Amino acid sequence: MSFLNNTYIGNILSAIGSLATGMKVTLCEFFTRKVTECYPENRKTQHIAERHRAILRMPHDEEGKNKCIACGLCQQACPNGTITITTRSVTDEETGKSRKVLAEYRYDLGSCMFCQLCVNACPKGAIEFSNEFENAVFDRSKLIMKLNK
Amino acid sequence: MIDFSSINSTIDSYLHSVLPAQVATLVECAIIAVCAIVAYLAFAIVMIFMERKVCAAFQCRLGPTRVGFWGLLQVFADVFKMLIKEIIDIKNSDWALYTLAPFLVIMSSIITFSCLPFDNGLQVLDFNIGVFFIMAASSFGVLGILLAGWSSNNKFAMIGAIRSGGQMISYELSMSLCILTLVVLSGTMQVSEIVEMQRGGWFIIRGHIPAVIAFIIYLIAGNAETNRAPFDLPEAESELTAGFHTEYSGMGFGFFYVAEFMNMFIIAGIASTLFLGGWTPFYIPGLEGFNEAMEWIPGFVWFLGKTLFVVWLLMWVRWTFPRLRIDQVLVLEWKYLVPIGLLNLLIMTVCVVMGWTL
Ligand code: SF4
Ligand code: SF4
Repeated sequence: MSFLNNTYIGNILSAIGSLATGMKVTLCEFFTRKVTECYPENRKTQHIAERHRAILRMPHDEEGKNKCIACGLCQQACPNGTITITTRSVTDEETGKSRKVLAEYRYDLGSCMFCQLCVNACPKGAIEFSNEFENAVFDRSKLIMKLNK
Repeated sequence: MIDFSSINSTIDSYLHSVLPAQVATLVECAIIAVCAIVAYLAFAIVMIFMERKVCAAFQCRLGPTRVGFWGLLQVFADVFKMLIKEIIDIKNSDWALYTLAPFLVIMSSIITFSCLPFDNGLQVLDFNIGVFFIMAASSFGVLGILLAGWSSNNKFAMIGAIRSGGQMISYELSMSLCILTLVVLSGTMQVSEIVEMQRGGWFIIRGHIPAVIAFIIYLIAGNAETNRAPFDLPEAESELTAGFHTEYSGMGFGFFYVAEFMNMFIIAGIASTLFLGGWTPFYIPGLEGFNEAMEWIPGFVWFLGKTLFVVWLLMWVRWTFPRLRIDQVLVLEWKYLVPIGLLNLLIMTVCVVMGWTL
């Protein structure tokens, strides 16, 4: 029906066609399964994306050791001053030299903006984001946590 | 089928036997007013709830589920919220008109609502120019909208009101043309007769092609009349905050909100009366058993079923298409719907004269 292109009748017909396409899309949507998550009820089955950044963690192995070398790069990378690292010196028994180790790794969830710059800055892969998101508390002081053991 | 007119006349004669004639009429008027308003509010609640759920389904959501079972109490929570809001006095607004406007809108809506034939005899007004009256009553709501925009002394409200006036007056035309098409087919303007005539077959089937075209144009025009997307220019949020009701808070806003929903119900109700047979059941000629079974379903169930179906159609459109620009709205009306409507009226007349209807 190319002779109808851009004529009055042709416009009406193509409009009806395109409107019908739109209506078909929404009608299909009307009958598909709904995506709403009923949160507290579906706690057992809900799926949180693997890469969702909810809280910073420092993984520890079975012996309770972490990979952090207390270099402080994450603290410098953080734009918010969320991470505070305190170190202490220990003397290495074999070489007799003194070296810095991590005393406390303090992380303030309340000021973190989940930009992941700290994780990217870490040369050892010592910190990571986990997707455990139920972190609400009633007191702000509880948001400040010590990540190392 | 239950004939409500016999029940009505029983009540009428009882009142007349215990009260003097004028008082009895007054009491009847009061009873009818209360019933109409209660029914109006009840349907408003149903409509708002339906809107929420249907809109959610079209967007692949569940909609309200928390307040009450399946979210059933959500609307009551909304109304309660609205009731406890402060009603603001706008400085430099025209106080009298500003206060009057929402009442005009809701009044026109309630009057039109009471003209709907819910069942055999279950209708407030039934006289020989019923359809005419419905059109007249439904169109003075625009007055309230214009006043609301004018009196609130706000540029957004003013622009919204002017748009609304232009749009509603334009679309009134093609709505009337569609209704006229049906009047040509039925040969009467009395609502009860129009419904009664559809016992033999709904007008959308009897009038075949012109009736279907009229039905579609009617729905488009009706959507525009109720100021709902894709024709929600008067209250285009992104450009005009809330359009003509920007300055209203509390129940003033509530009235506009309820009237908008109920106008949709009314548009759907008129559509189902004129095109889908009102409260008459669906018959298939020749299938006696089937027709018998259909008779058992009460008339108001038929009416409400059809009306809610048309409402669903309107919502489907509302949640599918983006908003038009104001010039596009007027082009659609004056360059497309009116000429097609006029032509359709002509076709219908020819069909009726030549006896080509079913
Ligand atoms: S995610 Fe960003 S804000 Fe949070 S601790 Fe790491 S660097 Fe700081
Ligand atoms: S977490 Fe990584 S970047 Fe931060 S101090 Fe430890 S090793 Fe350095």
